[in-house]
Amino acid sequence: MSLVHRAWRHKSFAIGGVLVLLLIATALLSFVWTPYPAAELDIPNKLQLPSAAHWLGTDSLGRDIASLLIVGARNSIAVGVIAVGIGIGFGVALGLLAAARRGWVEELVMRFSDFAFAFPALLSAIMLTALYGPGLVTSIVAIGIFNVPVFARITRAAANGVWSREFVLAARACGKGATRITLDHVLPNIVAILVVQATIQFAVAILAEAALSYLGLGTQPPQPSWGRMLNEAQTLMFKAPLLAVYPGLAIALSVLGLNLMGDGLRDLMDPRLARAR
Amino acid sequence: MSTAPLLAVTDLRVRLNTARGPAEALRGVDITLARGATLGLIGESGCGKSMTAMALMGLLPTGAEVSGSIRLNGQELVGAGEAAMCALRGDRIGMVFQEPMTALNPLHTIGDQVAEPLRLHRGMGRTTARAEALRLLDRVRLPQAAQRMDAYPHQLSGGQRQRVTIAMALACGPDLLIADEPTTALDVTIQGEILDLIHELVADSGMALLMISHDLGVMARMVTRLLVMYGGSVIESGPTDQVFAHLAHPYTRGLFAARPRLGAPRVNGRKPRLTTIPGRVPELADMPAGCPFADRCAWVVGACRAVLPAAVEVGPAHEARCIRLDAVGASS
Repeated sequence: MSLVHRAWRHKSFAIGGVLVLLLIATALLSFVWTPYPAAELDIPNKLQLPSAAHWLGTDSLGRDIASLLIVGARNSIAVGVIAVGIGIGFGVALGLLAAARRGWVEELVMRFSDFAFAFPALLSAIMLTALYGPGLVTSIVAIGIFNVPVFARITRAAANGVWSREFVLAARACGKGATRITLDHVLPNIVAILVVQATIQFAVAILAEAALSYLGLGTQPPQPSWGRMLNEAQTLMFKAPLLAVYPGLAIALSVLGLNLMGDGLRDLMDPRLARAR
Repeated sequence: MSTAPLLAVTDLRVRLNTARGPAEALRGVDITLARGATLGLIGESGCGKSMTAMALMGLLPTGAEVSGSIRLNGQELVGAGEAAMCALRGDRIGMVFQEPMTALNPLHTIGDQVAEPLRLHRGMGRTTARAEALRLLDRVRLPQAAQRMDAYPHQLSGGQRQRVTIAMALACGPDLLIADEPTTALDVTIQGEILDLIHELVADSGMALLMISHDLGVMARMVTRLLVMYGGSVIESGPTDQVFAHLAHPYTRGLFAARPRLGAPRVNGRKPRLTTIPGRVPELADMPAGCPFADRCAWVVGACRAVLPAAVEVGPAHEARCIRLDAVGASS
């Protein structure tokens, strides 16, 4: 059975994949077209219900909600990609180094990971914003730093497993040094695990960005963000409950899609798991 | 230079840090191997055969302490840096492993894997290395080598994969080939083919062979000199036919008695039970101070447990580490 066929038959992967594609398509769309300029205020038409002119209605300042959501997707993806990128870049390098060198290097990397892990992500993000002021960049860096130990740990564990395989011994017997073995043998054999983890961390990053923006520490106005839309909707909870539903749904569907896709990827990349289902 | 042996190991000792404290995995191993000569290491699991091979390759687990001397072509390997060892491995020393199923990376084609040592040690470009890899795969008689260059390991059978790992080990024309139980994981019929192949390659190329096995039949076929290991020491050494003809050490006798035989006469109408050596190999951490075999030996006396017996000459170039050789010899 081909991979595409198997992927399509895997229900949660297919659903997750469609949701994620939708998220990406929305973000891409925002660069070329939105129903209205996202930051345009139109106070006379505030708090409108969904209509032909405003598909999802308008918020307390008369901004078009559909446009805000579309541009907000861009924000969520940017945070996810960059924060996960930071995590992979530093975390995977540290994990590979720890597995290749063992001894005190490994000990140092792992204790550093434990240390970084000991702080809740949100707490360290708040700390960073207190130091450098709130903003998109600060929140991306904070979420990225949180991702480093996550990837360092999973990389080290997986890489240690590969290092103990016999083909690595055979490669060493051929005279390959630790760097070549890491690049030629270890990394290709753990890519699947890293891809799955990256998908899941992507979802975590979107959630974290929404939380930070909700607290007013993330994306700053007038840049639209799903988290801040939730925040603004909160005060009008009883007057216009739909205002909270839209961004809430957007966040929930994105995170759900990424998690389903991550689970599906894990099954698809590990044939033993696929059979066990 | 030409008179010096290719490989001279003297008093090789390896200490490992096990969960139960430090343990001597090798207790003074001496090996001399001339250019083009063949030597076998035989013994039970855990006796130090593979440990010796790993020490030669400089691939001992981290934390292992090595002392003594290993000289290859006059170059001291004990204490040599990782870079120096990397330059030797795969170039001057080739190694074939026990498990062909796992000794190849599942993600690379076999052509790439055979070409790898050539690119690494000979600095060959992709095309040249590929052509040379094909020549090597032909030489180890991999069927349809040209079509198989781009195959992945899982598409090959066990015997075919072992041919590939042999081609990898041979790639740079090493002076020494270490074969660590190369046929243990294979079918009996394939075993014979692979052994013949190794035998032929060793004879053709003039490289020396260090063969590790627990199979007496394999040893009789492959090597001219035999080292019997037990508990981290070489307890008997000699020319293969000498050792087979005059079993000196009680452990060697036990090893020979324990081999299964086809067509053994029936006892009381039933097939005879396999002979075993009573007891089991002592744990590394509990290795007795004297003769490691003392606890399982029928001829043991108090003095056996005092110190590791010295090697006693029992025939031409044939030595055994036992103080009761007279009693053992008289009993047969």
